[in-house]
Amino acid sequence: MSFWTNARRAVLAVSVLLALQAAALADVNTIRARVEALATADFAAKEAIVSELAAMGDATAVPALRAFGDGDLQLRKSDGKVVIAVRDGKLYRASDPITGEDLGEVDRKLLDKIRVNNNLRRAVRAAIGSLTLLSKDPGVRRQAAESVLKSRDPGAIDTLDEAIAAETVPAIRRLLEQAKAAAVLQTDRPEAEKLAAVRVIAERGDQEAKDILAAVAASAEGDVKTAAAKAIALIEQTLAMWAAVQNVWYGLSLGSVLLLAAIGLAITFGVMGVINMAHGEMVMIGAYVTFMVQELIRTSAPWLFDVSLVIALPLAFLTAGAVGVAIERGIIRWLYGRPLETLLATWGLSLILQQAVRSLFGPTNREVGAPSWMSGAFDLGGLTLTYGRVWIIVFAIAVFALLVVVLKRTAFGLQMRAVTQNRRMASSMGIRTTWVDALTFGLGSGVAGVAGVALSQIDNVSPNLGQSYIIDSFMVVVFGGVGNLWGTLVGALTLGVVNKFLEPYAGAVLGKILVLVFIILFIQKRPRGMFALKGRAVES
Amino acid sequence: MPLGPMFLGLGRTGVVFLAALAVAAVAVPVLNLAVPPQSAWHVPTTTVVLFGKYLCYALLALSIDLVWGYCGILSLGHGAFFALGGYAIGMHLMREIGSRGVYGNPELPDFMVFLNWKELPWYWYGFDHLWFAVLMVLLVPGLLAFVFGAFAFRSRVTGVYLSIITQAMTFALMLAFFRNDMGFGGNNGLTDFKDVLGIDLQKDSTRAGLFALSALALGAGFLVCRAIVSSKLGKVLVAVRDAESRTRFIGYRVEHYKLFVFTVSAMMAGVAGALYVPQVGIINPSEFAPANSIEAVIWVAVGGRGTLVGAALGAVVVNIGKSWFTGALPELWLFALGGLFVFVTLFLPKGLLGVLRPRAAKPAPALDDEPAVRVSEQRAAE
Repeated sequence: MSFWTNARRAVLAVSVLLALQAAALADVNTIRARVEALATADFAAKEAIVSELAAMGDATAVPALRAFGDGDLQLRKSDGKVVIAVRDGKLYRASDPITGEDLGEVDRKLLDKIRVNNNLRRAVRAAIGSLTLLSKDPGVRRQAAESVLKSRDPGAIDTLDEAIAAETVPAIRRLLEQAKAAAVLQTDRPEAEKLAAVRVIAERGDQEAKDILAAVAASAEGDVKTAAAKAIALIEQTLAMWAAVQNVWYGLSLGSVLLLAAIGLAITFGVMGVINMAHGEMVMIGAYVTFMVQELIRTSAPWLFDVSLVIALPLAFLTAGAVGVAIERGIIRWLYGRPLETLLATWGLSLILQQAVRSLFGPTNREVGAPSWMSGAFDLGGLTLTYGRVWIIVFAIAVFALLVVVLKRTAFGLQMRAVTQNRRMASSMGIRTTWVDALTFGLGSGVAGVAGVALSQIDNVSPNLGQSYIIDSFMVVVFGGVGNLWGTLVGALTLGVVNKFLEPYAGAVLGKILVLVFIILFIQKRPRGMFALKGRAVES
Repeated sequence: MPLGPMFLGLGRTGVVFLAALAVAAVAVPVLNLAVPPQSAWHVPTTTVVLFGKYLCYALLALSIDLVWGYCGILSLGHGAFFALGGYAIGMHLMREIGSRGVYGNPELPDFMVFLNWKELPWYWYGFDHLWFAVLMVLLVPGLLAFVFGAFAFRSRVTGVYLSIITQAMTFALMLAFFRNDMGFGGNNGLTDFKDVLGIDLQKDSTRAGLFALSALALGAGFLVCRAIVSSKLGKVLVAVRDAESRTRFIGYRVEHYKLFVFTVSAMMAGVAGALYVPQVGIINPSEFAPANSIEAVIWVAVGGRGTLVGAALGAVVVNIGKSWFTGALPELWLFALGGLFVFVTLFLPKGLLGVLRPRAAKPAPALDDEPAVRVSEQRAAE
């Protein structure tokens, strides 16, 4: 039953499509006939043809009309075909006026220009305006409105009025009204109408509006001039606000990257007090796991590509976590209570891991692709946000929340905190402290690996990936306050935002230097970071 | 042998070390310059330059050992002082080029002409004179260490926190020197040196002379360190290393002692850099890289910290190893270096000197505030 309904529906759909196509084809043929007719008609007949084309309401005719208005529409003497011919060096490059198909190079002598006068040009402009502004396709209408807004062509006002009256989409109508206002400001219409136009433009409130009004303020006089100047000031305020918001956004984005890189360190360094200089290499391992997962998917299961990152997450956590446990069991447990030696040993380890990856995967950057749901961007007010950045912020917050829950709400988290606060007492209560140490270190490393999956999307996946984050991560943890996850969150976001706000004034490098100097000074003032632990635990 | 204990308490190792340096300072130049190249005793110039470099590294290691081995300050930023000393002398060598640069500008170094600078920045004034540059070699690292240390030690930034911010310091300096606007040649640094005091830097005799100078500087640095650590001040430093809080409670101004030794150490590192640059012929911002500073720390650990002689020995041994590895098995060098870090910290806490000299004069230094911790732990347990 349902099969037959579906089949019938399909047949219906196909026949409707065919009918539409036939209609379109008929249109194209009529348009072609009209355009060909231009070649032989006199000026009066040409004007009639132009208005006929406009009346058809099919945007297919627009390129031909535009070429006609610009004097590029020419008759090819060899076969009497009308072509668009644009000068290209010594010869002319011809193309079909309807399809735009390239017809090769033609000598000037073989072409006859279809003549046009000012009267016709005006008609052509109006026709193009109405064809596009009144087009059935909202996308074409929007584009046309935008191009009129840019050209501020007073000749388009009548068509714009018509289009505004017919427009049903509010956003496009607003655009059309703005385009009309921009055009009105170029005419010598009454002051009241111009003032209204200034208001309409001012509402737009972006750089384009500011440019239009600046031109008005420069040329107009009296009330219009003052109104334009006032509107410009207002727009500048709005723009400054959006610029600030944009900076905050970039700052949060950088902050979330810092948070991802530092949060594992907040566990190993902050909670356990172990200086893990190989932390960056755990991030690198995570990134390379992502690379390998994607490689496997590319070769054997391409349809899984969009979920490659989701697959990579647990694998990266387990791989980096396992390496972390191995490091703790093999090296770090012999060095508890000797932080400076731990620092050196883990630094050595980071060199070994880097070289190992370099030997296995080569020293060059490896390609890690972005799944479709992470590419692209969208507009929000005056901002352009890329999906990749949005997801990384969301991801960073999610990882952070998950860690807080693990630390505060699980048995493992409780044991971990117990061992950190008083190892001997925890041991007396029956907690296997050595296991807790190993697992805590594994958790911190695993989180770093997960961060690597995210960072593979915005950074080069190379053996040096980890090194570029290690100093920043330590800065974040030390700045935020050791042993405090919330401190790490606030520290990362603060440093990210401060960095991005300094960049416009100081440049990227100097901004970074200033942030480093600021942290060095800050540590002098508060040696234990923003959110220092208090009480007896601090002393040991 | 009564000489040792009488003279700064040098001990046998110290005397042997100084004697070996003196012999090298005389013998190597002689064997290089006076012995004909076909003789088996001839030391080729490349070797002279290579070992001259090692001696500079040894001086850097010595300066790190002074603060780390005797005062418990693990600086991961000593490479910065080394590089600053190098830049100071490099600026003088740039001025010596005069109008012999590629652009032939008598007033400005090549890179400034290239960047369209019109006149010499004020901070380049005075570097026309060698005495001024030498003064700066001591003053600039010394001043930076003094200011940095004054802040850090007064607010009692210790242990790993200090290590991390010294690392941040050298990282910030590296970023700064990479900028072209700084006026230190940006990426490329300072290079194409021609001569010093009118003597061609490329000549064998100059290179041999620089080698001897490096050996002398290392010897002098060793004596300075020895004088510091064997004085009463040195005993306080060791006390600070072993139990900082206790020393403070006894009534010593711990931060003053630390500041003094940190500044002296930075100046020594500066001298090492200044001798290094004319021998290798270039100084660029990568000398500030945090990795370099950490590598220098491992030389000290390999040789044995808190021994001075061990630090110098470690620097030379590790760098001979590095030269051999990077030549023979370049891809394995980082494995070897990394392994060395791990191996030494796990199995050789006293370093090579601890192995060579099992019954060391001094007990193995406890690094961090361990006794204090133990006391507080006992309190907590009670």
